[in-house]
Amino acid sequence: MLKAIGLRSVDELFAPIPAEYRLSRDLKVPRQMAESEIMDYFRQCSRENGEGYTSFLGAGAYSHYRPVIIDSLISRGEFLTSYTPYQAEISQGTLQSIFEFQTMISDLTGMEVANASMYDGSTAAAEAVMMAVRLTGRRSVVVGRSLHPEYREVLATYATHQGMPLSVAGFGEDGRLNLKELEKSITPETAAVLIQSPNFFGTIEDVAAIAELAHKRGAMLVVSIAEAVSLGIVEPPREADVIAMEAQSFGVPLGFGGPYCGVIATREKFVRQMPGRLVGQTVDKQGKRGFVLTLATREQHIRREKATSNICTNQALVALMVNIFMTIYGKVGLKELAKQNLAKAAYAAGQFAKQGKVLFAEAPRFNEFVVQTGEDPHAINRRLLGQKIVGGLPLKKFYPELGNAALWCCTELTTRGAIDTAVRLVAGSEGSVRTAKEESGVEEVAR
Amino acid sequence: MKDMTRKATRHVNQNEGLIFEKSSAGKAAWKLPPLDVPEVDASKLLGSSERKDLGNMPEVSEIEIIRHFTRLSTWNYAIDLGMYPLGSCTMKYNPRVNEAVARVEGIANGHPYQPEKISQGAMQILKTLSECLIEITGMDAITLQPAAGAHGEMTGLLMVRAYHQSQGNARKKILIPDSAHGTNPATAAMVNYAVENLKSDSRGMVDIAALEAQMSEDVAALMLTNPNTLGVFEQDIHKIADILHAKGGLLYMDGANMNALVGKVRPGDFGVDVMHLNLHKTFSTPHGGGGPGSGPVAIKKILEPFLPTPVVVAKADGTLGFDYDRPQSVGRVRAFYGNFGMFVRALAYIQANGPDGLRQTTEDAVLNANYIRKGLEGTYDLPYSTPTMHEVVFSDKLQAKKGVRTMDIAKRLIDYGFHPYTTAFPLIVPGALMIEPTESESKEEMDLFIEAMKSIAEEVEEDPQTVLDAPHSTRVSRLDETAAARKPILRWKPAE
Repeated sequence: MLKAIGLRSVDELFAPIPAEYRLSRDLKVPRQMAESEIMDYFRQCSRENGEGYTSFLGAGAYSHYRPVIIDSLISRGEFLTSYTPYQAEISQGTLQSIFEFQTMISDLTGMEVANASMYDGSTAAAEAVMMAVRLTGRRSVVVGRSLHPEYREVLATYATHQGMPLSVAGFGEDGRLNLKELEKSITPETAAVLIQSPNFFGTIEDVAAIAELAHKRGAMLVVSIAEAVSLGIVEPPREADVIAMEAQSFGVPLGFGGPYCGVIATREKFVRQMPGRLVGQTVDKQGKRGFVLTLATREQHIRREKATSNICTNQALVALMVNIFMTIYGKVGLKELAKQNLAKAAYAAGQFAKQGKVLFAEAPRFNEFVVQTGEDPHAINRRLLGQKIVGGLPLKKFYPELGNAALWCCTELTTRGAIDTAVRLVAGSEGSVRTAKEESGVEEVAR
Repeated sequence: MKDMTRKATRHVNQNEGLIFEKSSAGKAAWKLPPLDVPEVDASKLLGSSERKDLGNMPEVSEIEIIRHFTRLSTWNYAIDLGMYPLGSCTMKYNPRVNEAVARVEGIANGHPYQPEKISQGAMQILKTLSECLIEITGMDAITLQPAAGAHGEMTGLLMVRAYHQSQGNARKKILIPDSAHGTNPATAAMVNYAVENLKSDSRGMVDIAALEAQMSEDVAALMLTNPNTLGVFEQDIHKIADILHAKGGLLYMDGANMNALVGKVRPGDFGVDVMHLNLHKTFSTPHGGGGPGSGPVAIKKILEPFLPTPVVVAKADGTLGFDYDRPQSVGRVRAFYGNFGMFVRALAYIQANGPDGLRQTTEDAVLNANYIRKGLEGTYDLPYSTPTMHEVVFSDKLQAKKGVRTMDIAKRLIDYGFHPYTTAFPLIVPGALMIEPTESESKEEMDLFIEAMKSIAEEVEEDPQTVLDAPHSTRVSRLDETAAARKPILRWKPAE
C-alpha cells in the first residue's frame, strides 16, 4: 500500500505534524492484553462491585427484570454497529423501530409526540425547560424540591450559565409540593415549572393542581418521570406541556448509572421547539411506506448556533432496549408489572411502619418510600451490608431537614424474604442481626 | 455496473409491518412470578391517580417479537456487513469482547448509589480509563461525565467560561473555523457565547492572519478540530495556541478526529487547553444506530478546579471514593457519573491494543485514507491538495457537470454494497465527499470501494440517470423528505 501511494515508510504519512510534537516514546497505558486477560480483569472488577448483593436502592435508577431477548436482539450487528440513520434507504430497521418507540412513549405518557431519545432523564429535564424558555420567551424557572436532587443540579448547570434565575418550591407534610409556596414562586417571568411525579420520595404529585397554578400565570409545566414502570398503573401527567422521562426502568441495565435513555414528549403544537431527533413516516418514489429523520431544521447540523440544542449522538441502542421491553410487556403486562411493584412497596412500607416511621404516608405513592429512624441510616446500612443487603439511600446529604431518613425502593424483583430480613435488621441491634441471619439463612460475608 | 456483484448481490428480505399492526388481544411475551406479598387494590392506594387505560400498547408473542426486530435489523447496513466510510464518524470495528465485559454481572448491575465500599470495581475502571485518556491526550485531568461529544463540548466550554469568570471576565465570544462541525456553534450558543466565524486559508487550514486580526480580549476560546474536517493537520497549531494565549484566550480542541493522532502526537503537547474525546469514535464503542456515545473532556491544570462533580479520588485508607466538595466546579452535567457502560468498553479496547496497538491503529487509519486518496485522485476532484491524515475530502465538481451531485453518488454507492461517505460536509467544500475508512478495512475491501467509486464515475459519464435514480437495490427507493417535514407523521395511530 505504501508503494501504491508512493511512500517509503509510514513515518512519511505523519510528516505534516511538526517534528517537535511527535511522540517518540510508547504511551504509558497498560500493555496489550489477550482476550482472556481482559475478561479476567473485568470479572475481578465485577467481584469488587456489589456482585451478589440484594439492593433496596432506587432514586432514579431501578432494578427491574430484563427479559433475555432484549440482549439477543440488540446484539445483532445490524443494530449494534450502524450509525445514525441519515441514509434512510439502508436504515429502515432503525428508523421503523424509533417510530414505534415514539408511538409507545406518546401513548404511555399521554402526550401527542415523543422524540427519538435524549442522553438521560436529567438532561432531558434540563432540555425540556430550555424548550419552555424558547416557547414562552420568558427566562425564569421554578423547580420542585421533590425533583431528583441530581436533576436539579444538572438544571442549575444548564440554567446558571445562560443567566436564567432558578427558584425552588418546597414540599409539605405529605411529601408533595407545597402548593401555596409554589403559587407564590410563579411570577409573570416564569417560563416553566419543573416537577417530578412520582417524585423523588416515590410520592405522586397533584399534577392537575400544579398545572392549573402554572397555566394561570402563563408558565409551562414540565413533568419529569424517573420511574417509567409507574406508567403501567399511575395516571400519566396529561396536564403537563412537556414530559421529560428517564426510561431506564424499561429494560436498561443499572450499569453504575449509564448509559440510560432520556426522552421528551409533548404536544404537536410544540414540536418545532423540541430538541433531539425525530423520525417521521413518508413514502418513497413508488408510494411505499418508509421512515426518515425529519424536522432536521431544528438541529445543529443545519441550524448551527440557531439550533434548538447541540444534541447529536443520543441513545439509540438504549432506546431500542426500551422499545423491545415495552413490546414484550405491552398493554397488559406493563399494568401487571406495575401492580407487583405497587404491592411489594405497599407491603414493605407496612412492615417498616411497624418498626419506624414511614414519612409521607398520606399521599399516594408508587414503589418508593421514606423511612425515618432513630439511628443514622449509614450505621443501619453498614449492618445490612454485612448481610449482603444494600439498604435504602440515606437522605441527609440531599434533605438534611428529614433527619435520619432513607429512601427505600421495592420492585417486582424484591422478595418478601429480603423485605422481612431488611426490616428486622433496620430495627435491630446486634442481637437481632443474629436472629435474622438464623431465620433467613443469609450467610455472613467477610469483607 | 460490471463489478457490482463482487461486493453485493440482491437477496430476498422479508416484509414486516409496524408492531401495532400485528397486535391482538390475549397474546403475551411476558410472565411474572407469583406475588409473594398480599395483593393490593390499586384504586384504593392510588385513588384518582390510578391509570385505567394503556392506549394502543401492543400485545404480541415472543416469537413475533424476535421475528419483528430480526426482520427490521436486516434492513440496516452496518459495520458488520462492510465498509462504512462516513467521514468524521470513525466507523471502526466494534470488538465483541467489549460487549462481553460490559455484561459481567457486577458491571452491568451495579447501582450508582451503592456504597463506595462495594463500588471499588467500578471506581477502579473510572480511574484507570481516566489515567489512560490523560496519557493519550497529554492533558492533566479529565471528566468522564458528558454523555456524548456535543455534551462534552458544552462541558468544556462551561469550564472555559468558569475559568474566565474566575479571572474577572467571562468574555463574549468563541471563534469557530468555517470548516467546523455544526455542534461547535450550537454548543457555543448553549453556553451563552456569541459565535464568530474564522475563515480557512487556501490549504484548508486556519488563516493565521485572520486569526490574529480577530483575536481580542473578548474571545474566550477558539474551538478547533485537529486534524480538521478536511482531514488536514493544522501545521501552525502552536502558532495558533500562542496567538490565543497571548490575549488570554484558551484553545479548545474537538477530538472527533483523534483517531489520526493516538500514540503519534498528543494535543496537550501542542498547546491545547481543553478537549473532548468521542469514545464511540476513537475508542470503538458501538454507534448503535445513533448512540449511546460518551464524550470525556480532558483539560490542563488551570481548568481543574472547574471539573464537574463528582471526581474520583484516592482516599487516605487506600480505597477510591467520590469527591463532591469542589466549590469552583461548573456543576453536574448529567445525573450519576456518565455513560459508564461505554467506559468499560473503551478501557477494554485500550487493553486489547496496548501502546503498540494504539500506535499501529493510528498508522493504519492514516495509511488507509491515503490509499483511498491515491486510488480516487483524478477520478474525483480533490479541492485541497494538502496532505491527508485519517480522512480525505473530494468534491463532486467533475460529476456536477453531468448534473450528478455528491448525494447521488452516495446513493449509488449503496447499490455497490457500501455505506455512503459523509455528504455535503464540510461546508467549505461545495459538494463534498468525505471519506474515512478507519484502520479496520483491509486492502481488499478498499480496492472494492475504489473500484465501485470509479465505476460510478464512469456511469456518470455514460448513463447519469442510473446514478440520479439510485439506489435501485434497496427495500425503499429515495424517500420524500419534504412531505415528511411538511405534514409530520411522528407516531402510528389506529385506523378510525
